[in-house]
Amino acid sequence: MFNKITVAALATTLTLSTSISYAGPKAEVLHWWTSGGEAKSVAVLQKEFSENGGSWTDMPVAGGGGDAAMTALRARVLSGNAPAAVQLKGPSIQEWYEEGALADISDVAKKNNWSSVLPASIAGHMKCEGKWCAAPVNVHRIDWIWANASVLKSNGFGMPKTWDEFNATAKALQAKGIIPLAHGGQAWQDATVFEAVALGIGGANFFHDAFVKLDKKALQSDTMVKVFDQMRTMRGFVDKNFSGRDWNLATAMVMNGEAAFQIMGDWAKGEFLAAGKVPGKDFLCASTPGEGFLYNVDSFAMFKVKGSDRQDGQKLLAKLIVGKNFQKVFNLNKGSIPARTDVALNEFDQCAHVSAADMNASSVGGTLLPSYAHGMALRGAQAGAITDTVTAHFNSDMSSKDAVAMLVKAIDNSK
Amino acid sequence: MSNWLEKHLPKIVLGPSFLVIILFVYGFIAWTAWISFTRSRLMPKYDIDGFIQYQRLFDSPRWEVAIDNLFIFGFLFILISMLLGLVIAIFLDQKIRIEGALRTIYLYPMALSLIVTGTAWKWILNPGLGLESVIKGWGFKDFTFDWVINPDFAIYTVVIAGVWQASGFVMALFLAGLRSVDQEIIKAAQVDGVPTLRIYTAIIIPSMAPIFLSAFIVLAHLAIKSFDLVIALTGGGPGYATDLPATYMYTMAFSRGDIGQAASSAIIMMLVVFAVVVPYLYSELRNKNDQ
Repeated sequence: MFNKITVAALATTLTLSTSISYAGPKAEVLHWWTSGGEAKSVAVLQKEFSENGGSWTDMPVAGGGGDAAMTALRARVLSGNAPAAVQLKGPSIQEWYEEGALADISDVAKKNNWSSVLPASIAGHMKCEGKWCAAPVNVHRIDWIWANASVLKSNGFGMPKTWDEFNATAKALQAKGIIPLAHGGQAWQDATVFEAVALGIGGANFFHDAFVKLDKKALQSDTMVKVFDQMRTMRGFVDKNFSGRDWNLATAMVMNGEAAFQIMGDWAKGEFLAAGKVPGKDFLCASTPGEGFLYNVDSFAMFKVKGSDRQDGQKLLAKLIVGKNFQKVFNLNKGSIPARTDVALNEFDQCAHVSAADMNASSVGGTLLPSYAHGMALRGAQAGAITDTVTAHFNSDMSSKDAVAMLVKAIDNSK
Repeated sequence: MSNWLEKHLPKIVLGPSFLVIILFVYGFIAWTAWISFTRSRLMPKYDIDGFIQYQRLFDSPRWEVAIDNLFIFGFLFILISMLLGLVIAIFLDQKIRIEGALRTIYLYPMALSLIVTGTAWKWILNPGLGLESVIKGWGFKDFTFDWVINPDFAIYTVVIAGVWQASGFVMALFLAGLRSVDQEIIKAAQVDGVPTLRIYTAIIIPSMAPIFLSAFIVLAHLAIKSFDLVIALTGGGPGYATDLPATYMYTMAFSRGDIGQAASSAIIMMLVVFAVVVPYLYSELRNKNDQ
């Protein structure tokens, strides 16, 4: 009896002490947006958060494309002291949910009507077993093809509409001493080109079967052989020094007319704009040949935190992230488009307009698909297994048939 | 009291570091071994699930490449470094002028970080920037040296950079060994009219056997652990053609959220190190006991 009373008394003092120490909403945010434009974008959120009475603890961990941040996150979760919000995306959100680490922010989502302002397939990534557990920040499109306008014009070519047209244009340019395809030989860049080709040649259903469902029939199909055939053709359009080149150096090659095309997500646009190039005049943007839209959505996953000040901070943060103002300002800085479909796009450039229109159309048409190469469609081990095969094929003289066999085996082995 | 202290002081002083090593070296080896038998993905799990991770590991074509590369790289790196180090040491041992300066020049690469070595060689070997374009610029239009972008030869560029880095150090070891050989024997041989080459092959080199062993051990563990050189030079590419077990482990643990795979590859790496080091320790300890 006595014990029960002490426990109750202790509990009251504890709750009292937490309510006494309540000093407004608080949030610690783990992210790896540390470079120029990205850091500016995060500062916008930080400012908005403190204007709404919150106190923000910044936890930027740069390095390794987020690998370093994930290591830091693992340590924090293991020690039972997770940050309130973490830059995470795709299935890794669900993976963390399965570890029991994510919070439920459904009330924020309901109050702010998220389900009607976000495209359904993107909203799906933000939910863990039906409950909202993450907030989307932006939508990057992956299947872009960028071109140097004057190189195409002076040689009498337009943006290719089919892969055959692309191959013909590339061959003609190559004969004139122009590098057709600016590419950097890093595994993720190989994978980026590969998924654009796969979507273009196989179509949306094939892409969904192969890289979302990992359906064996699709993976072993003749279509997949054709995709690898096209990759082999693309290998011939790449210059000799591509190995290990960073993507922004490849973008620079298109910028200065050394190369004609680059296939890369819309962060490449940021490079063009930063160099003072004008879309439509100096450089052209178009979706890669074929239907569909491959998205890469950055988001913040909300981790379980203790204390009402932290929980309030988390909810405030979630509300602001999906708020119209942040979605606009952040994406203007980052080159992507808002995840919300109801943000006015007046201030965005024409590539962003194309992107937004295509996103809405493909969301209706059911061809809005997650990018596998950027960790939206599959878990790390499976996506890695595909990338291993793609990069091994691209960088050797492996036949397409062997590549398909290797792909199936690698996916089996990664499960 | 002072007697007791005198007797136990060494144990008291060594105790804490002993405990720390037990925990942080052997404790974590045991932890890694445990994890390698589980299905851990993003976070460690502790339910034993047999050899599944090892099966996956040996089914993985990427691991096969990594292991093959380890043997190619390890064998050539150790062999060439030792031969080159020995030859340079013998030449430097000929009582030449400015030996000190030359020694410093050869030893200097060891002072560089492997990241610097890797980055410098990446540029030197890049066909559009480095050696190939320079020699083409001299008028030899047909010259090609594109190993770094050729998946079949890329691992040999890692050997080149590694040898460049380590052979100076091996030279220093051998030079010390050459100097420690008993000069009386050499003089006696010279008086008997034994040719110099034979003095080296029959007297000096055999008497340096322990130095060879030390050099081998140092180089072997450098080879098995090498990570930063590959990361800086090729990034594991083209494709994953220059992956080594250490880079494989890093990718699995930190990029792919596959801790179980990473743990099993780490254990295999450790066994390879043991295979090299244990016979060495065994022979060392046995020699001590014999004395």
